[in-house]
Amino acid sequence: MALYSEKVMEHFRNPRNVGVIEDADGVGEVGNAKCGDIMKMYLKIDGDTVTDVKFETFGCGSAIASSSMATELIKGKPVADAMKLTNKAVAEALDGLPAYKMHCSVLAEEAIQSALADYYAKHPEKKPAT
Amino acid sequence: MRIYADNAATTKPSRAAIEAMLPYLEEEYGNPSSLYTLGQRAREAIEQAREEVAAVIHADPRDITFTSGGSEADNQAIRSAAEKGRKAGKTHIISTAFEHHAVLHTLNRLEKEGFRVTLLDVHENGLVRPDELDAAICDETCLVTVMTANNEIGTIQPIRALGELCARRGVPFHTDAVQAVGHLPIDVDADHIDMLSASAHKFHGPKGVGFLYARKKVPLVNLIDGGAQERGKRAGTENVPAIMGMAAALKESAARMDGDAERMRTLRDRLITGLREIPHSALNGDAVKRLPGNANFCFEGIEGESLLLLLDDRGICASSGSACTSGSLDPSHVLLAIGRVHDVAHGSLRLTLGEDATEEEVDYIVRNVREVVEYLRGFSPVWRDLVSGKANFIL
Repeated sequence: MALYSEKVMEHFRNPRNVGVIEDADGVGEVGNAKCGDIMKMYLKIDGDTVTDVKFETFGCGSAIASSSMATELIKGKPVADAMKLTNKAVAEALDGLPAYKMHCSVLAEEAIQSALADYYAKHPEKKPAT
Repeated sequence: MRIYADNAATTKPSRAAIEAMLPYLEEEYGNPSSLYTLGQRAREAIEQAREEVAAVIHADPRDITFTSGGSEADNQAIRSAAEKGRKAGKTHIISTAFEHHAVLHTLNRLEKEGFRVTLLDVHENGLVRPDELDAAICDETCLVTVMTANNEIGTIQPIRALGELCARRGVPFHTDAVQAVGHLPIDVDADHIDMLSASAHKFHGPKGVGFLYARKKVPLVNLIDGGAQERGKRAGTENVPAIMGMAAALKESAARMDGDAERMRTLRDRLITGLREIPHSALNGDAVKRLPGNANFCFEGIEGESLLLLLDDRGICASSGSACTSGSLDPSHVLLAIGRVHDVAHGSLRLTLGEDATEEEVDYIVRNVREVVEYLRGFSPVWRDLVSGKANFIL
């Protein structure tokens, strides 16, 4: 069996939404170079919708694929849905990740959470009541 | 197209090795311990193989024990010297920080059993200093174990100087020569080596077979108990076909060694020169005292696994010391031992050329590594921070 699913390899070879949004509404960076994975997410938010998302990743194949898939799962979706994106959903959308690579999907979830937290810090009025 | 540049991981079995094995899989299937002719022919064959293997390292054939490979040989060598030491009240072992895990994990176990282990510094160039070994040896030292050539960065240790020192100080000297046998000249007498580990699949033999050379002054401790095979030191019916393949491969490698090494060094240096042109990269280990086919680099701002996967897409087989390829959170202990920080060690690439490598292949590798590194840096947040001045370059 190959190391990764076809889906992981496809996203790794052709990552979606790679790059930077210069005037992003929210930016989040998680991980550290010491551990070998860093993900940075840039969000553009209009009203209640994630209108654009881009990422930069330093990491292994599954880290790049997880970033790519996570951006696909939230792009054009309501912010409320992005808030609820789980690492499990990212991993499932990739047809699974090896057990020791699940942390890559966790990083993708955390990167989006971190970018949304940055957005709410800049726009406290948008923060949904809890 | 496939360019196999991972010969430190394993090598392609030679035609000579395969042909030497076939009769012992097809017709000559006797058990060497059986007394009828079929068995005795197998016995004669492996004793002939033992002589051929011994000749390559200038050893007495009676000091060669066939094993399942390098790891078993390392385990048995170290355990045996430790046992001899324990009986004499000597429980100190000296090794280096960048040994193979077959050595390091055996030493960890011995530490739990009360042994004290000193790991010598291998410095930035990946070389042990004999004067530091001299200073580390004490009355309790029962073993010095230093690898002949490192499996990741390929640096070749001053084995003869270390061996002479051990002989003078009266300490048994073991060397894990898995990467060296069949590639570098070894003379156990001239080099003062008391024990040596080797593995067939590193010199175009089959996997799952190797040997331990041990002088009589270190009585071997059994790792596997059972029958009286290998003079009672390694139970289990001998893997006759594999032993025959190993001997044939080693004989051929040794005969070709000098010419092969010279040609490979030229290609390796071409590879190193090409890869050095990639900005913010660094060669790991001494540029001269290294295995003829080994080039090991760190590239700042990228991670090794993604580099390997993309090189695989372009037909290049290589390896890396990144955490993701080691199956742990830490990058290669070898790269850390020569002082590379984690951030940089994750972006390492090991290319180990074979004897049949060509200039065209080397140029193809250089071109593709350069392109892939550039591509990965293009969306690396680490690289962005370095380029924008938010972080400082290390390399």
